[in-house]
This record gives sequence, C-alpha cells and structure tokens, in this order.
Amino acid sequence: MDINIYDFYNKMEQDNIMLSFKGNVTSELLTSVLQIMESKMDKLNEPNRIKKKVYNILVEALQNLYHHLDKQPEGAPKGHNTVIFMIGKTEEAYSIFTGNYISNDNAEKLKSRLEKINSLDADELKAYYKEVLNNGMMSDKGGGGLGMIDIARKSGQRLDFDFQKVDEEYSFYSLNINIPQ
Amino acid sequence: MENLVIEGSPKTPTIKFNPEEGKLLIQGRSIPENSIDFYKPLVDALEEYAGGVKEATKVDIVLEYFNTSSSKCILDVFKKLERINEAGGGVTINWHYEEDDEDMLEAGEDYQAIINIPFKMVEIEED
Repeated sequence: MDINIYDFYNKMEQDNIMLSFKGNVTSELLTSVLQIMESKMDKLNEPNRIKKKVYNILVEALQNLYHHLDKQPEGAPKGHNTVIFMIGKTEEAYSIFTGNYISNDNAEKLKSRLEKINSLDADELKAYYKEVLNNGMMSDKGGGGLGMIDIARKSGQRLDFDFQKVDEEYSFYSLNINIPQ
Repeated sequence: MENLVIEGSPKTPTIKFNPEEGKLLIQGRSIPENSIDFYKPLVDALEEYAGGVKEATKVDIVLEYFNTSSSKCILDVFKKLERINEAGGGVTINWHYEEDDEDMLEAGEDYQAIINIPFKMVEIEED
C-alpha cells in the first residue's frame, strides 16, 4: 500500500474539512459525530440559528446513511455496506458530503425523487412536506421519505447529487449539501 | 390511569404525561434512528386517556431538535389529541421555539395546518 498521509492531510486542509469518516455506520457512531460537531460549533461561537440548521441537516443526512445500510440486499458485495461522509466549513457555508453504494434499481427511483424535490420552490416544498407527512405512509423506521425534503427546505438549496455507475448492479451515490452561513 | 414518565437521553426527549391533571410535556431532543418504538408508550397512553377524557388537556411541546423519523410519530400523537379534543377534552397545544429558530416555528405551523386543535406559538427568549 502506498499512501502518503501528509498528502491526505493537506488535501483535507485545503478543502476545509473538519471531520471525515469512512466505514460502517452505527447508532453509537452517529451519536459521537453529532456530539463532536455540536462542540466544534460551540467553540466557533456559531450563531444559534446556523448551529441548529447544520445539526438538523446533519442528523437527516447521517441517518439516511444509517437506514440505507439496513436496506442492503443479502449477498451484496463486501464493502458495499461502508459509507463515506465529510463535513467542511468555509467563510460562506457549511458543507456535508455523503457517499454510499446503491443498487441501480434504487438509484433510478431515488434520482426521480431528488429531481422532483429540486423542481419545487420553497412554498411548493412546504406543501409537499405536509402532504408526505400527512399521507399516513410510514416506513418501519418512521420517516417515510421526509428526510430529503427536509434537507432541501432547511438548507434552502437545490440538492446537489450524482450517481456514478460502478457495474451492472451498483452505482455510487453522492450528495453534497451546502448550508450558507 | 398511571402517570407516564420517560427520562430524556441525548437522542430522545423527556416525556411526562399526567392523565389526572390532563397535562402532557414533551421536552428535549427527538432524534432517534427509530422513533416508532420510542413513541409507542405515549400513543398507547393517549389512547387509554381518550376513554375517560378530562375537561381540559394542556400540552407543552418544547423540542430543541427533532428528526423526520420523529415527525410522523409526533403527528400521530397530535392526531390522538385531536380525537381527545373532539371528545370534549379541551386540548390546547403550546408549541415552544427559541426566538431565532425559524425552522422550529415553521415546523409548528406545519402541524397547525394539519391538526384541528388550537396551537399557541410560544417564543423562548435566549439567555
């Protein structure tokens, strides 16, 4: 293995990455990451409004990764149950990057949902959120498709996503959430 | 009917339900990965309460954060309260939010638009 950790470090420093993780997501890990980010934002004396926005969006983004792992079909290639996420901050904005494998079938479905969310303005998103909240559908974990709508609403930004086809069965799904300060 | 008390944790709120006094408090953070199991005892208690309804039921929601997994469960709680209200339970819901937390205020307004119970938006001033 030929890895220069100093190059890694410099790259992350240039990109203003505060925290990064690659591996398997557990409930305990999410609790720790949320606590770390909360105390980092406290130390930076972020305004309450920004702190809450970033925290809320982070909860949704990380729990999406967590629930995604539950949905991995049996016999999925080893390594496909690991994910990556990074949290960065510049003068202008916080950024949350997430990445995970997804089956091509699910990628198609997710893509059309994300495109729908991106086609809506703020008022339409509010109406859509209430519609999905009130339609009685609930996944066995509770959310039932509200997470991405909530991220779009709270960030006030279009969802910046990409699906990179890996092979006949899988794609790699990446999401970049931008939260302006 | 017995009181229901659930102590808060980093991911779940404190719940205090006193059926004798007709008082319900949900306070803290509600961000568990799986909310349905967490809210079930409260939903069940409200179901039982609906049978022997009091004249007035006062509900205080003082949430700092809640995730979308909780949002449907909170709606379930409100729907139970809506039925209690219709049965003569005189429900009032105080939705508390920190003064600069527009997202939390908006979340309360979303519920208000869906649920047929008087909501009162209560601003918590920052210290």
